[in-house]
Amino acid sequence: MMGSDAVRIVVQHPIVWFARRIFSGVVVVWAAATLAFLIQCMLPGDRAQIIINVTSGNVGPASSAELAAINAKYGFDQPLAVQYGKYMLQILHGDLGESYQQHRPVAAIIAEQIAPTIVLAIAALLIAWLIAILTTLFIAGRDNIWSKLLNDAQVFLATVPPYWLATILLVLFAVKLGIFPVIGGNSPIGLVLPTLALALELSGFFGQVVQNEFTRVLEQPFVTSARARGMSDFGVRLRHVLRHAALPGITLSGWALGKLLSGAILIEVVFARQGLGGVLVAATSSRDVPIVSGAVLISAGLFVLVSLIVDLTYRVVDPRIKLT
Amino acid sequence: MSQGRPQPVPQQPDLLTVDSLRVSFGRGIAENTVVRSISFSLRPGQCLAIVGESGSGKSVTARSLIGLAGRYANVHARQLSFGGTDLIGLSDRAWRRIRGTEIGFVLQDALVSLDPLRRIGKEVGEGLILHGAVSSREEFAQRVIALLKLVGVPEPETKAEQLPHQLSGGQRQRALIASALALDPRILIADEPTTALDVTAQAHVLALLEETKTRGKALILISHDLAVVSHVADEILVMRGGEVVERGTAAQIFRDPRHPYTRQLLDAVPSGRPRGSRLSPSTIVRSPKQQMQLPLQSLPKSRPILLEATSLVKRFKGPDGTLRAAVDGVSFELRSGETLGIVGESGSGKSTMARMLLALDEPDEGAVQFAGRPWTTLAERERRARRRSLSIIYQDPLGSFDPRWTVGRIISDSLSSDVETRRKRQERVIELLDLVGLSKALLDRRPLELSGGQRQRVAIARAIAPNPAVIVCDEPVSALDVSVQAQVLDLLGYLKDHLGVSYLFISHDLSVVRHISDRVIVMRRGRIVDNGATDEIFRNPQSEYTKSLIAAMPRLVRDRRIGHSATILEEGIA
Amino acid sequence: MSMFAEVAISRLLREVLAILRHVPFRIAVCLIIVGVFVLAAMAPKVLQTHDPLAIDLTSALQSPSIAHWFGTDQLGRDLYSRVVEGAGQSLAIGLGATALSMSVAMTIGGAAALSGGLLDSILSRIIDVLFAIPTLLLALVFVTVFGPSVLTEVVAVGIGTAPGYARMIRGQMLSIKGAGYVEAANVLGHPFPRIVWRHILPNAMNPLTAMMTIGVGQAIIWASGLAFLGLGVAPPAPEWGALLNAGRNYVIYAWWLEIIPGLAVTAFALSLTIMGRHLQDRLEGKR
Repeated sequence: MMGSDAVRIVVQHPIVWFARRIFSGVVVVWAAATLAFLIQCMLPGDRAQIIINVTSGNVGPASSAELAAINAKYGFDQPLAVQYGKYMLQILHGDLGESYQQHRPVAAIIAEQIAPTIVLAIAALLIAWLIAILTTLFIAGRDNIWSKLLNDAQVFLATVPPYWLATILLVLFAVKLGIFPVIGGNSPIGLVLPTLALALELSGFFGQVVQNEFTRVLEQPFVTSARARGMSDFGVRLRHVLRHAALPGITLSGWALGKLLSGAILIEVVFARQGLGGVLVAATSSRDVPIVSGAVLISAGLFVLVSLIVDLTYRVVDPRIKLT
Repeated sequence: MSQGRPQPVPQQPDLLTVDSLRVSFGRGIAENTVVRSISFSLRPGQCLAIVGESGSGKSVTARSLIGLAGRYANVHARQLSFGGTDLIGLSDRAWRRIRGTEIGFVLQDALVSLDPLRRIGKEVGEGLILHGAVSSREEFAQRVIALLKLVGVPEPETKAEQLPHQLSGGQRQRALIASALALDPRILIADEPTTALDVTAQAHVLALLEETKTRGKALILISHDLAVVSHVADEILVMRGGEVVERGTAAQIFRDPRHPYTRQLLDAVPSGRPRGSRLSPSTIVRSPKQQMQLPLQSLPKSRPILLEATSLVKRFKGPDGTLRAAVDGVSFELRSGETLGIVGESGSGKSTMARMLLALDEPDEGAVQFAGRPWTTLAERERRARRRSLSIIYQDPLGSFDPRWTVGRIISDSLSSDVETRRKRQERVIELLDLVGLSKALLDRRPLELSGGQRQRVAIARAIAPNPAVIVCDEPVSALDVSVQAQVLDLLGYLKDHLGVSYLFISHDLSVVRHISDRVIVMRRGRIVDNGATDEIFRNPQSEYTKSLIAAMPRLVRDRRIGHSATILEEGIA
Repeated sequence: MSMFAEVAISRLLREVLAILRHVPFRIAVCLIIVGVFVLAAMAPKVLQTHDPLAIDLTSALQSPSIAHWFGTDQLGRDLYSRVVEGAGQSLAIGLGATALSMSVAMTIGGAAALSGGLLDSILSRIIDVLFAIPTLLLALVFVTVFGPSVLTEVVAVGIGTAPGYARMIRGQMLSIKGAGYVEAANVLGHPFPRIVWRHILPNAMNPLTAMMTIGVGQAIIWASGLAFLGLGVAPPAPEWGALLNAGRNYVIYAWWLEIIPGLAVTAFALSLTIMGRHLQDRLEGKR
């Protein structure tokens, strides 16, 4: 289990630990690459025919000469094992194939579009963490109306469809109040609403997890001990409880990546932002498989990378793990 | 010190005065009073012990004294004052000035009472920073080291940099006491400070508390264990159901208890009672069929061997990846009709061994024979049919019951399949419930609806249901209150005579093992260090380790002038 | 009506009320909301005020009013009646996708937890790899391969959400497998299949029910998300996601076309989530 490795107390030599993590990461990426290859083979019907249709925009059947040319060009006439081997070799060289529609390397298309998406995701992740921590620190575990409201708000935010929340923000702040541009492009001010839409949803999830743990830790004997030494309620929250409560949240950040990427695709479409979202939606509706399978591979790689960062962060926050 | 407890100076005024303390939770019709009308006063150099079982209100009382009874608690008292300050209705800010500086508070089980993510030094010295008692980093470090030295933590410089889980249980508890003593408070309140500790560590902590008292601190000791309290207390309050049932000096309570409940508690302490004698009032174990037969007779050696372990070894991967033997070449035999006690502190390998005897874990080396036939070397399929001859009683019965099943179904499930008809099974279940002293009204209850004692009785009924030859008891009374513990021990003794079953009785508690066992094995770090008849082991232990365990055993000290605790102090801090 | 029947009915009513009195207020509200949606799905005609497909260009793009509770779309169709009409297909997609993802997750996660050893490591690896791919992307893969249709939508959402559930189920089953009562049954010499059947599965069932309740709401959200992107069921079917996709182009002039179908999705999913969580809390409180 990749994401939850951090929950177990890993007491190994750091280098051994690191090597194992890298290895299992490579396995995941390799499996994702295999999956990406299989997706391309899975297309029902004749792939050459689909490629011709996607490229030309015609629907009718192509001549056998045209089909043979395409089959030879993409190597479809070779055995599956050979195709698989070639595909893997290509990937090792950073080549994710060529888009059927755009006739450009998939790697280049994704590289072009991925930056705005990643900026959006990281900004949302940070804001979500900020919201979750601040609200928990000041409100969680107190038996008042704010605490109840916060809890309800978190459940609401965690459940609400991201594109709907984004639409409400768009209508309210851009259309009705005119505070933000309706179509922000890639300017910093245009980043505000999409980030908020994405972050609010995630903060609901984080908030719930962090708050649950926070209220649990508040009842722990070591917290009572700190109070018995004369520590104030806020001091206890900040110095003792928060660190513990953050641990499960940190573990979740790896999982949050998937959530963020899914959300970003939708939200980019709502705000008509540049990014992977638009490219993927266009590729999906035109059945441009290389782009979709390339995205699968890239996101698996990102997941592995983020999991590694999460585990490293966990080791910093929880010193029990470092020590042998 | 050996001349007895230090006499408080008569003129010294009371530090803490509590008059008619009442604590309740909730309001209106939901109000639940957990402490009613408690009064006492405390002078410097005096130790007051509050003794009671779970639910007696002793911990809530202690927490009320530092204003930490909880958000929903209502604390009332005719008077609650500390050194002239009225504590009733004090603001949180005013409380914080008292907590730590004037009153120190120690909770049980330092593994969870010290922040597991912070270094020992930071935790110990936290009060110093909170109350502005140190001005520089160097001074802080010095004070922390001095505090750790004071409570007898070895290598204080190293330990200050470590995390709680890297210290032993005793060291942790001492560090926790150090953190409470950081600002030299005049009162120290300790809530079950020795409960989670091994006997040797327990003795060290008791000695430390006693030494704190002789330095002129007032001490309030909360405990369920009269034996622990008897070492330190000057005055004792016995609580039950939120009320004080008896109050008196230690000498009076131990020599001449007036209230029947106090007597019951004293009788329930197995140490200092004749081996095998009844610990609970006779009304509790009832059996219409047969009167209890007590005491045990010593057994002839010629009885057949039931369980035989030969050079058992079980290794586990340690934290650094190397193999560590949890059980390291253990051999013994259990004869029919005998109770074999296995004693050891935590980590001695006794539970690992129990799992191998039950063939839940496979030994890495060696083997277990059961009734003269192979056992651990069998394939699980062959073993299955014979598994019913070997039962187990766990420390935590609740975890061993399917939460969805009723008591009736739990017991019926373990009946042998020879009992065929539904009615016969039902009759047998009721018979078994009766045998363990439970009413058949419990048949349709679920485990969560039972008390701790009832759960353990159901677990016993389940264990004897298939008519086993051997029952492995893995710390069966460790989680129970003393009076319930006494009842369960009596029940086990009764069943043994009644059914002729053999016990393998595993416990960390020497007095319990001594009470119930015919023979005793002492384990340490996976090896047997002593093995022999119970009386022999306790009268004349062979290994140094067993000697130290027996010396550290908490005994009821009915008259402290003998000076028993002073010797512990010297051994403890050394 | 005879006296006898009247007494019987009033007694029945009183009993129903007595049961409902033990239901917390917010759960009662959620039950009512879900009830209304189920009614809309089963018998839309009962709730509709207009023909959901009737075009009336004279009343196009009207904001919510007494005549058209939720307003009208660009073709003058009554949005309220369309939302009611769409409930059936949306609920069916949600239920179908949840059923599919739970079956897949139960098979993989359950087999991994119960088998242990090599099979467990292989299956867990597979779960890990699928988990590394975002839900929506996994769903897009299916749409790309099979082209948009109702069936694709169900399969895409079902498979997309399966890895997460498989993980949870595996963890759940593992913790039950390690419980004291399973060991106790082992000591009694019960064979493993019997232990699985009598202890592990029944104890895993309750948390699964809670998980599924929440899951149906989530599945509808994912499905409507796909449709919102224009990759779901084709118009003119007034499925909620299709309504959302159609409303996207008018959001600047006619916000209700986008906000109100979204509200339906949210209200339904939120009610199920609150009920599922209530169920979870009660189960945990019991433990």
